[in-house]
Amino acid sequence: MYRYIVNRVLLLIPTLIGAAALVFVLMRLIPGDICVVRLGSGGGSVDPRAVAVCHAELGLDRPLILQFLDFVWGFFRLDFGISMWSGKPVAEEIAARLPISLEIAVVATVVAILIAIPLGTVSALKQNSWIDHVVRTVAIAGIATPSFWLGIVSILVVLDISHAIFGAPWMPPIDYVPFWQDPLRNLSMVILPALTVGYRYSAVTMRMTRSAMLEVLREDYIRTARAKGLLERLIINRHALKNALLPVVTLIGIEFAFLIGGLVVTEQVFNLNGVGRLFVLAVQNQDYTLTQALVMLTVTIFVFTNLAVDLLYAWLDPRIRFG
Amino acid sequence: MIKKLGLAAAGLGAVFCVATVAAPAVAAETPKRGGTLTYMIPADAPPSFDGHRETTYATVHAAAPFYSVLIRVNPDNPSSNTDFVCDLCTEMPKPTDDGKTYTFKIRQGVKFHDGSPLTAVDVAASWQEIVRPRDGVSSARQSYFIMVDKVEAPDATTVVFQLKFATNAFLPALADPYAWIYKKEILDRDPHWFEKNIMGSGPFKFVSYEIGQSIKGVRNPDYYRQGQPYLDGFVGIFAAKQAVRVDAIRADRAAIEFRGLPPSARDELVRELGDKITVQASDWNCGNLVTPNHKRKPFDDVRVRRALALAIDSWHGAPALAKIATVHTVAGIVFPGSPLAASREELEKIAGFWPDIGKSREEARRLLKEAGVEGLKFELMNRNVDQPYKYVGTWLIDEWSKVGLQVTQRVLPTGPFYDALRHGTFDVTVDFNCQSVVNPLLDIGKFLPHSVYAENYGGYDDEKEVALYQAILHETDPTKQRAMVREFEKYVLDTQTHMIMTPWWYRIVPHRSYVKGWKISPSHYVNQDLANVWLDK
Repeated sequence: MYRYIVNRVLLLIPTLIGAAALVFVLMRLIPGDICVVRLGSGGGSVDPRAVAVCHAELGLDRPLILQFLDFVWGFFRLDFGISMWSGKPVAEEIAARLPISLEIAVVATVVAILIAIPLGTVSALKQNSWIDHVVRTVAIAGIATPSFWLGIVSILVVLDISHAIFGAPWMPPIDYVPFWQDPLRNLSMVILPALTVGYRYSAVTMRMTRSAMLEVLREDYIRTARAKGLLERLIINRHALKNALLPVVTLIGIEFAFLIGGLVVTEQVFNLNGVGRLFVLAVQNQDYTLTQALVMLTVTIFVFTNLAVDLLYAWLDPRIRFG
Repeated sequence: MIKKLGLAAAGLGAVFCVATVAAPAVAAETPKRGGTLTYMIPADAPPSFDGHRETTYATVHAAAPFYSVLIRVNPDNPSSNTDFVCDLCTEMPKPTDDGKTYTFKIRQGVKFHDGSPLTAVDVAASWQEIVRPRDGVSSARQSYFIMVDKVEAPDATTVVFQLKFATNAFLPALADPYAWIYKKEILDRDPHWFEKNIMGSGPFKFVSYEIGQSIKGVRNPDYYRQGQPYLDGFVGIFAAKQAVRVDAIRADRAAIEFRGLPPSARDELVRELGDKITVQASDWNCGNLVTPNHKRKPFDDVRVRRALALAIDSWHGAPALAKIATVHTVAGIVFPGSPLAASREELEKIAGFWPDIGKSREEARRLLKEAGVEGLKFELMNRNVDQPYKYVGTWLIDEWSKVGLQVTQRVLPTGPFYDALRHGTFDVTVDFNCQSVVNPLLDIGKFLPHSVYAENYGGYDDEKEVALYQAILHETDPTKQRAMVREFEKYVLDTQTHMIMTPWWYRIVPHRSYVKGWKISPSHYVNQDLANVWLDK
């Protein structure tokens, strides 16, 4: 087990270097120049001397290989440098936004699990009943409905309902306050986006839970358990669900990692200053250092989430052994 | 021109009772002190906080409350094109030396937010950076001050501007809302310091800034205007999405957005909130232009460019567009309402403004045939901004189709859009001319060739046009100047059709009715220091 973990962690090094090389090259292939964007963002003319000074300031006049080595060496020391756009340390920029993205991702995941696993299980157990049809309809609607649309509609619904009931429209706050400063305000801000994202997330998970459960319920060992007179509740909880959860856990892991940097549109709709919005800004402004750091953060989260999911497998299915 | 709309809405369509509110009635109200103004800034973040370098409203809406300027448009009469008052100076000077010397006396006792005194030396140093920045430093409005020879501070309370030639363009240019006064000591130490930091002498002191989230300020207790500012502080919230901004005003999460919203947003807010919303509206010193690329065939042929202008029916198009987009008034190259603007009769003699659209389009078809490009297919480049770019672009394509032109629209995000403009990789583009203080003599610089005015992307050179412009700039007699502007306008829009006008923008600012003291101006850059804003709560 420990050997397996060490091997997996060591394998991360070439993976991360490969990702670093890819993002470094791709950023340089995008047409444009951060200095031109910075100095001419209003459409004005750009003084070539000012551009040269800007290049020197940002270190963009140095050979590409040196820039790359600096980036990789900095990454392994957890020093991502300075944002080329804002001039602030990249770590500070990300740290300011990570809590909100993380909070939404966690709440959305909890929402998704709470909805998806019970409903997916019930749907499988009551296959082709009206309950199954309702659950499947809800799931398909969740997959088909874009989160941003749901976000916009949910805000409008909240505005209209609050207006009708209280006489004044209400919507969640749009300036972020950390949980420890004002828990109520924080939760009122987070809950709508989390539900919006969580619904789609739960729909996907629900479908996966249902199909995995259906497959497991047809296994011989389930039939054996039933034949020996085991309680149905125990069969479902102890034998069926635990095994059916293997693909579901994988899916939850991937979705969670995706949510950290992938809430771009939802963050825009709810005006949340999260990592997804930062990502868009960084690419738009051609902020190399910030984009590179964000990509590496996402890659790292994906890689570690996958590792955690693999380790969870062993707990869920004791037959799995790590060599 | 500026209307304050007392509004009542009924049914699904918002029906507006339009009433012009006279300024003295507003002035009669006694401002209340206290409260925090929360307003929306329609951007993700400003590129920097350096007003000297930037041209975007994101910078001025976020940071203007922290700074002072030398002179400004009268905040109690911001719709005026000619009412300039002192901010840091004590009295508006009378020019001497045949209009070539302006001597300003600077207020005493003004302090920067770090407690140090602000003197004429700081004012002169800031203006030197604007007029003639040192190497490696950008000044976005340097070209506005070609008439300035020297800026000096002979003593701690006097600043002298020496001009190369007398011109009526100077004072309006000096009232530039981005011309913030910086501390000389910091400028000397690091001329880029103000890009990332804020330290001024304005009505509010900087508290905090979260990129992409908000900027906060608190009342400056040492502000030099007695009793101002009225607010305890402000919070500017950045939100690029219009829906977020409108919803925020609707739910009273924010009280106002200063840039302007489209008619549909105004109607929605009025319908929902009735008299809790006040709408201020004004012609906007911004307009979309059509720029044919003179370096690409067949747009090097004046007959083709003229046909493009003749096909457009602005007189009928503007009222229809005004219902859905932030455009309103048909005018020539000068801001409508300015003493130098063309009258309707004068405009109707210019291609693109003929009163008989049938005759105009017939002439367009004839010119296209003569040039051998009947049924010409080309691409209209546009910016990925809904209001009003995409509306104007779509309307133009429809207008051109009426003379047989087959036009497709290529919409680009802002960065690639500017990149394409700078590199001339377009057939015809929707361009824009957005100025701050109404200063027609400088505002029409947009129509000059790139060699003279860097933000012109038409790819042409025209010595005659430049000579005409120079004559206008040097003329100080308003009557003669007006006649010369007409000649220039006819030459640019008709004889050469270097560019084509579309209806001027219209600024609509719906805000919570408890926001008082702020008055709309023809520019979303002007009157943003918030010193005279108060909350009637």
